[in-house]
Formats: sequence, C-alpha cells, structure tokens
Amino acid sequence: MELAAHIERVFREESGRIVASLIRFSGSFDLAEEALQDALARAIAAWPISGVPDNPGAWLTAAARRKLIDELRREKTRREKAPEIAYLAEAITQEEEMPDDRLSLIFTCCHPALNQEAQIALTLRTLGGLTTTEIARSFLMPEPAIAQRLVRAKKKIRDARIPYEVPGLDRLPERLEAVRTVIYLIFNEGYSATFGDGLIRGDLCAEAIRLGRVLCELMPGELENSGLLALMLLQDSRRAARTGPKGELITLEHQSRSLWNRDQILEARGLLNGEASGRYGIEARIALAHASAATPADTDWQRIAGLYNELARMIPSPVIELNRAVAIAMADGFETGLALIDALSGLDEYHLYHAARADLLRRLKRDSEAAAAYRRALELVTNPVEREYLAARLNSVEGRMLGQ
Amino acid sequence: MKYAMLIYSDENKVAQATPEQLKEMHAQYGAFTAEVNEKKLHRGGEPLQPVSNATTVRVRDGKATTTDGPFAETKEQLGGFYLLDCKDLDEAIEYAAKIPGAAWGCVEIRPILVFNY
Repeated sequence: MELAAHIERVFREESGRIVASLIRFSGSFDLAEEALQDALARAIAAWPISGVPDNPGAWLTAAARRKLIDELRREKTRREKAPEIAYLAEAITQEEEMPDDRLSLIFTCCHPALNQEAQIALTLRTLGGLTTTEIARSFLMPEPAIAQRLVRAKKKIRDARIPYEVPGLDRLPERLEAVRTVIYLIFNEGYSATFGDGLIRGDLCAEAIRLGRVLCELMPGELENSGLLALMLLQDSRRAARTGPKGELITLEHQSRSLWNRDQILEARGLLNGEASGRYGIEARIALAHASAATPADTDWQRIAGLYNELARMIPSPVIELNRAVAIAMADGFETGLALIDALSGLDEYHLYHAARADLLRRLKRDSEAAAAYRRALELVTNPVEREYLAARLNSVEGRMLGQ
Repeated sequence: MKYAMLIYSDENKVAQATPEQLKEMHAQYGAFTAEVNEKKLHRGGEPLQPVSNATTVRVRDGKATTTDGPFAETKEQLGGFYLLDCKDLDEAIEYAAKIPGAAWGCVEIRPILVFNY
C-alpha cells in the first residue's frame, strides 16, 4: 500500500515534465497522454517486483517514450519518419536528461484562444497529471462534460495550430498574466469551497500551489510569480483555522492563530523578499501583514491600508476600495471607514459590502442600522456557510437591541 | 498553415464614416495588403459589397429557393476576408489584429480545413 502511494507521488511530481517532453516529441497531446498512462501501468506492474528505480522519473520517461515510438511507428501517416524515430529511440535508451518543456506546455494550455474553463481543465490534466475523474469531482461537474472540454481543447490546439512554445517577449507579459490567472482560479476553486465538501477540493489548492512552484522554478526572477505563490501559501496557511468543528466560518479576527501553518508563512515571507509590486505581490504582502500579527490587536492596519492604496491605484475596482475602507476603519477609526464605505457606489448587490457596513455599524453600537445592513447582506449571500455566519451576527445584534 | 481572416463590422457604422475616415481606412488596408504581400503570407482576399446586395440560395427537395439578403440578419456583417499563410495561430492573431477592420468590428480567424486522403 505504501508502494502504491509512493508510485502515485512520483507520478504526480513527474507527469507534467514527462508529458511535456512527449508532446514536444510527438506533436500530439493524446499520444503523449496514452504513452504516459502505459508507462504508469508498467511501473505499477514492475516496481513491486524489481523495486522502485533510483531515478523513477527517468524510468517512466524512457518507458513512455518507448511506447510512444511504437505508436508512431504504427501510424501509417508517419511511416516516412520511421528512420528518424529509430534514431531517437537509440538516443533515449541512454536516458539522458531531457530539456524541460513544461513552460511551453503551460503557455499552450493557457492560450487565450482556448476558453478559461478549457484552460483550467487542460492545465490540471496535463501539467497536474489529474485524471478526468479527479477534475470532474473537484469542479462538481459530470465527467463526460470535462472529458468533452478536454477533447475540444486538444482538437483546437492541433487543428488551429496553437503553438507549443514560450511566447516572444512582446506577448509574454500578457500571456504570463493568463497563466497566473488560471493557477489562481484553480486555487480559489479549492479555497472558496473548503467549506462543506472539504477534502476533495482542498486538493485543488495543493495542486495550484504545486503549479505555482513549477512556474517560479521555470521562470526564476519573475517577481509576480513569487507573489502569486506567496499569496496562495498565505491563504492556505489559514485553512485549518477558518472553519470551526461544525464547519462554521471563523473570521480572521477570531481564528486561533496557533492553527496557522507556520512553514507556509515562513516560505511566503522568503518569497516576498523582492518586494513584489504586482497585483499578486501586493495582495500577498497584505496577507503577510495579517500573518505577522501575533494577535488581532497587533495587526498593522496602517501598512495594510497603504498596500490597499497601492492596489487600488493599480486596479480601479470598488471591491478593492471596500477593502481599503475596512483597513482604514481599523487604522483610523470606524467612523472614518464607514464614511468611505458609504461613499462607494456600484456595490449594492454585493453581500460583502453590506456585511462590511454592518460590521462597522455593530462596532459603533448603531445596532438597528447594523441589523438592517445584515438583513440586506443575507438577502444577497449565496454560500450557506457565510449565510449562517451573517445570520448569527444579525441574531446577536438583535439580542443586544432587546437587552437595552 | 492557411487561415481565413473574416472581417466583420456594422455596415451602418461604416456607411456613416466621413470621407476622410474612409480615405484613411483605404490607405490602411493598402498598407496591410502590401505588408502581407511583402512577407509572402498573402494567399487571397477580397472586400465584399454590402449585405443589401446579398442573395441567399437554399436547395430543398431538389428545388432551389432564392431570398433577398444575407443568410442571417446580424448586427455585424461579413465585409471582406483575407487568406493568409501563417506559421501558427499566434502569428495569425498578430496579423488579424493589424487588419484595419479589427478596430471597427472584429476579425474571426478560421483555420483552413485540409483533407488528408
């Protein structure tokens, strides 16, 4: 059983790299995936008898490439390439270090000519090595829908000739942004759903963090990649603290800080040494400011408000303005923050706008106004765990009103 | 690989263009065509008359019926096309974005279907 777990771990770690090189070699996502599956089946059969090889990744690569070459030989249309394939077959038996093609693979999977759902599924399938079943379970979708999404995406890559390469410098910033968006969406899908059906979807966070690490490893010196990884690590570090024994939401202020994952926080701090100044970098620095406070009262709200200022300048968004107003409320006084919140427009349908107002009104002991704002937030909220939290808050404010 | 660049725009909007704007657009198309010719990517392409001059033919049960107008009434109409030979979709996107019509309406990139017999 332990061996099976070991094989699975090796596979998870190595599959992205192997499949990337197999795609480069064959020009086909499908052939590459089939060959890798075949190699995995062989490993499961062989390793319990022969023992796990010293370099399991190289073993799997060699086995997959042999399978791929067999397949290519069988393909009639490729017959003219047979001599060249035979030559390559010779070359790889020496199990030389293959160039890492994962970066090309990431950019192909996240190509803007594919829709975002397809980008996500394809990234998880090829780079993450998740099965279609696992992806379907993670996104609470029927398996055939995910399978079809993957088939369509791979067909478009082949038929419209989406390139398999790292984009040139002129397009790189925009395309890299798309890659980070996909990784962060995967993370958020897992993070926002860790209430309720926790474990399965928590895997998505782990996978997004792993992909974030791969991106950092492949493009060292790209500060915003480190910012993204740090942000995901910091959010994930609070996983154990953010829900109570009955699955109820625990806000940052009331979380037991001893449950925060110190290793993840330390790693994130190291990543942010370069003072990343992009969107993810700033959000990570905000999260780090929270993580660095021993108690809620120690929170450096001035710094957090300043970082939200920076963020709001970069991305004009009322949601960011709302967060900035909350930070200012905590730094400079609830009245000041409330005035900023009341001046915001465009958020009337956003439940967290009313929840933030309600919270400040509650702190100011303006209970009947707070209750009205909680009720408005409750009309708009959809997540059941958040709903329960807001209902409990409303209840306690109403109780206080009756008591007076 | 060949890609058809189908240029769509709102004909009414184009009809309201000032003579100066039209002159400028023609100059831009001339420059674009010259560029793709020079880079040996140009495999064809034509501007089309407006959909008011379109005729649509359907054959049902062996009988042809003809109707006035385009196959579907849409806000934006196909106004012309280029056929370009590009290395891959990224190069196709790069050139599609240079077509003047992309700034007026949009350009749909369709890879040409090649039959493998």
